[in-house]
Amino acid sequence: MTIKVQVTSVIQKVVNGQSEFEAEGSVISELIENIEIDYPGFLQQIADESGELHRFVNIYVNDEDIRFIDGKDTVLNSGDVVAFLPALAGGL
Amino acid sequence: MATIYIPTFFRQITKGNEYILVEGSNVLESLESLSYLYPEIRDLIFDSNKQVLRHVNIYINNHEIHELEGLDTLVNTGDQIAVIPALAGGAMTLSTEKNANQSALKPEEVMRYSRHIIMPQVGPQGQRKLRDAKVLVVGAGGLGGPVALYLALAGVGTIGITEFDVVDLSNLQRQILHQTRDIDKPKLKSAKETLGLYNPHVEIIEHPMPLTSDNAMDIIPNYDIVVNGADNFATRYLVNDACYLAGKTLVDGAILLFDGQLTVYKPGYCCYRCLYPDPPPPGMVPSCAEAGVLGAITGIIGSMQATEVFKQILNIGEPMVNRLLLVDALTMQFREMKLRRDPSCPLCGDNPTVKELIDYDAFCGSPPIEVPA
Ligand SMILES: [Zn+2]
Repeated sequence: MTIKVQVTSVIQKVVNGQSEFEAEGSVISELIENIEIDYPGFLQQIADESGELHRFVNIYVNDEDIRFIDGKDTVLNSGDVVAFLPALAGGL
Repeated sequence: MATIYIPTFFRQITKGNEYILVEGSNVLESLESLSYLYPEIRDLIFDSNKQVLRHVNIYINNHEIHELEGLDTLVNTGDQIAVIPALAGGAMTLSTEKNANQSALKPEEVMRYSRHIIMPQVGPQGQRKLRDAKVLVVGAGGLGGPVALYLALAGVGTIGITEFDVVDLSNLQRQILHQTRDIDKPKLKSAKETLGLYNPHVEIIEHPMPLTSDNAMDIIPNYDIVVNGADNFATRYLVNDACYLAGKTLVDGAILLFDGQLTVYKPGYCCYRCLYPDPPPPGMVPSCAEAGVLGAITGIIGSMQATEVFKQILNIGEPMVNRLLLVDALTMQFREMKLRRDPSCPLCGDNPTVKELIDYDAFCGSPPIEVPA
């Protein structure tokens, strides 16, 4: 399943500066594993050493937060857009 | 026999009547006749020496009576007299009036805000709501600048600003309230000067200190709406918690690099902790100072925050409640995500554990904010 992945600027540094790219996966956890293979260092941006997702990073399938679907087991369908969004604090 | 026009804010006394028929051969007799019909109106027109109060203008057929013969001006049948108090504030002594700000807009205000007032969503009532509104802006920097500027231009009557920093040369790439001559000046002073030049009618309340757990609940409850222009996670969690505990709407914005985010947190919907239960460890997400920020993105997000405040005050449109807008200035794509209240949220969830403000520096693992001497 080819999924369109979008990341904000903080994460873009580990995916060759892209804001959008494609990756394979039928559920979120598989998608993340595949992105990590393509872009080593990606996982470290969104999860801790034990693989638990950071609580300041939200993952959206289309416009829904996966915490309110099935978390890492959320099923992906062809054409879905998955966004990884870490918290921003800047205001100055 | 003449007709006296009663402005809206006196009509409680005249039982809603807009025009009152009175007897009298001159203006004084006509006003006496009105006072006889509605005794409460006498003290709103005359002082104890039976002189017309200085803030009240009396017109006869659209001419101010001082241009004619004052209270002795003769009145003929069919003439129209109008009683118009000129000013807001202390002039309004109606005991039934909730506050002084119900008064009409001054001609200067009507002209100044005319592009807003002519829109049916605003109108004179909306403009008075803006004048009566009290908005707190956290920070007078990148986001706080355009927020405070557009609120001041729109005539939001009371704008509080929390800010303790001084203007640095590196701020001037984006912080529109400060200019080159303001370097080393406290940002709050510079902000107040700039805003005063744009609109002298707006009251700027200075809070020359960082918002902390000790002072937040003394400051935030005094305002109707809070706008976040903070630049660190500790302040963001603090503002979120304090607004929720005080029952205030928080118009939130954040920026970094070419990215911007916008949402509105309203108690009962979702909050910053629903979105981000924990802050990132220090250093994980860089600050604007460390990573950089596009100057104009502060204007984009700040203007949108001001727009959301405007909508909240007037209660118009679709607020950004339960919606997160993401702006990518590089692709100029705007995306919107759904937000939800998290039932397990420690602040606004079903079984809250955060019931008062905490130590946010400890929570975020960040060093306390340093206030320059
Ligand atoms: Zn919450």
